[in-house]
Amino acid sequence: TLAERTNLAGVRHILLVLSGKGGVGKSTISTELALALRNAGKRVGILDVDLCGPSIPRMLRAQDSAVHQCDSGWVPVFVGQDEAIALMSIGFLLERPDDAVVWRGPKKNALIKQFVTDVAWGDLDFLIVDTPPGTSDEHISTVEALRPYQLLGAILVTTPQ
Amino acid sequence: ECPGTGSAQAGRAAACQGCPNQGLCAAGAAGPDPAEAAELRARLRAVRHTVLVLSGKGGVGKSTFSALLAHGLAADETKQVALLDIDICGPSIPKIMGLEGEQVHQSGSGWSPVYVEENLGVMSVGFLLSSPDDAVIWRGPKKNGLIKQFLRDVDWGEVDYLIVDTPPGTSDEHLSIVQYLSATHIDGAVIVTTPQEVSLQDVRKEINFCRKVKLPIIGVVENMSGFVCPKCKNESQIFPPTTGGAEKMCQNLNVSLLGKVPLDPQIGKSCDRGQSFLAEAPESPATLSYRNIIQRIQEYCEQHHFQEEKIM
Repeated sequence: TLAERTNLAGVRHILLVLSGKGGVGKSTISTELALALRNAGKRVGILDVDLCGPSIPRMLRAQDSAVHQCDSGWVPVFVGQDEAIALMSIGFLLERPDDAVVWRGPKKNALIKQFVTDVAWGDLDFLIVDTPPGTSDEHISTVEALRPYQLLGAILVTTPQ
Repeated sequence: ECPGTGSAQAGRAAACQGCPNQGLCAAGAAGPDPAEAAELRARLRAVRHTVLVLSGKGGVGKSTFSALLAHGLAADETKQVALLDIDICGPSIPKIMGLEGEQVHQSGSGWSPVYVEENLGVMSVGFLLSSPDDAVIWRGPKKNGLIKQFLRDVDWGEVDYLIVDTPPGTSDEHLSIVQYLSATHIDGAVIVTTPQEVSLQDVRKEINFCRKVKLPIIGVVENMSGFVCPKCKNESQIFPPTTGGAEKMCQNLNVSLLGKVPLDPQIGKSCDRGQSFLAEAPESPATLSYRNIIQRIQEYCEQHHFQEEKIM
């Protein structure tokens, strides 16, 4: 579709932040990386595909934000000190922050596909994709949905033990 | 109009389209078929108590806690304990229990758990992998199938306590284990967290999940709760409880705080080496905390059982 061709067309580099393990600092690193790149004058976006435990909105003080629609899809929420980092997370779609997203794989896959193709990212130097722990639905779907685009690569986060 | 989460139409009515609960209701309505349920019930008939160890958040110490709970309960040689690891993508239990490299054996009566002690048996997908670094890259349905197999085909025998270690999140594995175990009876869930808000945020969702699927919550364990330096004895908050920690969350949500466990670098070391931290560091404040928590869980289970028997 036209939207598929245009929504990620302006994104120069896509970076995945992964780890098999939970709680090692993926979301923290994704956030700090985004802030550092922004500080260096780059145009940055973050896609948070952790549907069960979306941490990025709180880390960027955007937990009370809402998402809007435009002609090409969803408008990301702009966060950070100069409100110039584009962020999309399921955290913005929950009615209440404590609502559990209790979805099986197929429903998660559908939303991830939408997040990849239907968010109007605009022109970005870097799109950082934060993932949940594991090697399952979210990871398979994200990589599959991003395959037609220029995936720069993955950063793997761990702790020493 | 919502047809009601308990109704046969739950998740399937026209009104359900777009409801955030739809998936859960629909999944609940399509539980194990009667023949399967009967099979599971038969297999799990000799299990007296089942405890699920959950957290919305990863890396808070679920597997560590599950392993120590199993060790703690198995210290009583008259009790038979089983530890089931359903974290299919990241099975930590084999390493933590010192069972890496073990294989599962088949017998006439099913799969044999791997025994750490005579009265402590373990099952994990980790035992089915040819190499510990093999990634299990499975979508939900395949994961659900394996979990069902674990419950149906493992010959647990007579078990006093079945402890189930889960991956982080509120997804396929969690829905499936609750559904499949509805064929028997779950005493409740122990929910593990760390003190910081980023963890509590996910743990509140887990508490919500338990309420939605009517899983009783035995209580919450706050791990990594403070660090006492072995040299200067000063206490530091490595993960400061900026929003009141588990204590405040438990008050707000009316769940029990089972206890707080301080950080002890020996815990991580014991896990890496496959040894029981409780046995290796009996004097550690963390050991004392763990033992108190384990006792509270035991009391909850025994009391629960007694009440059930009274009702029956």
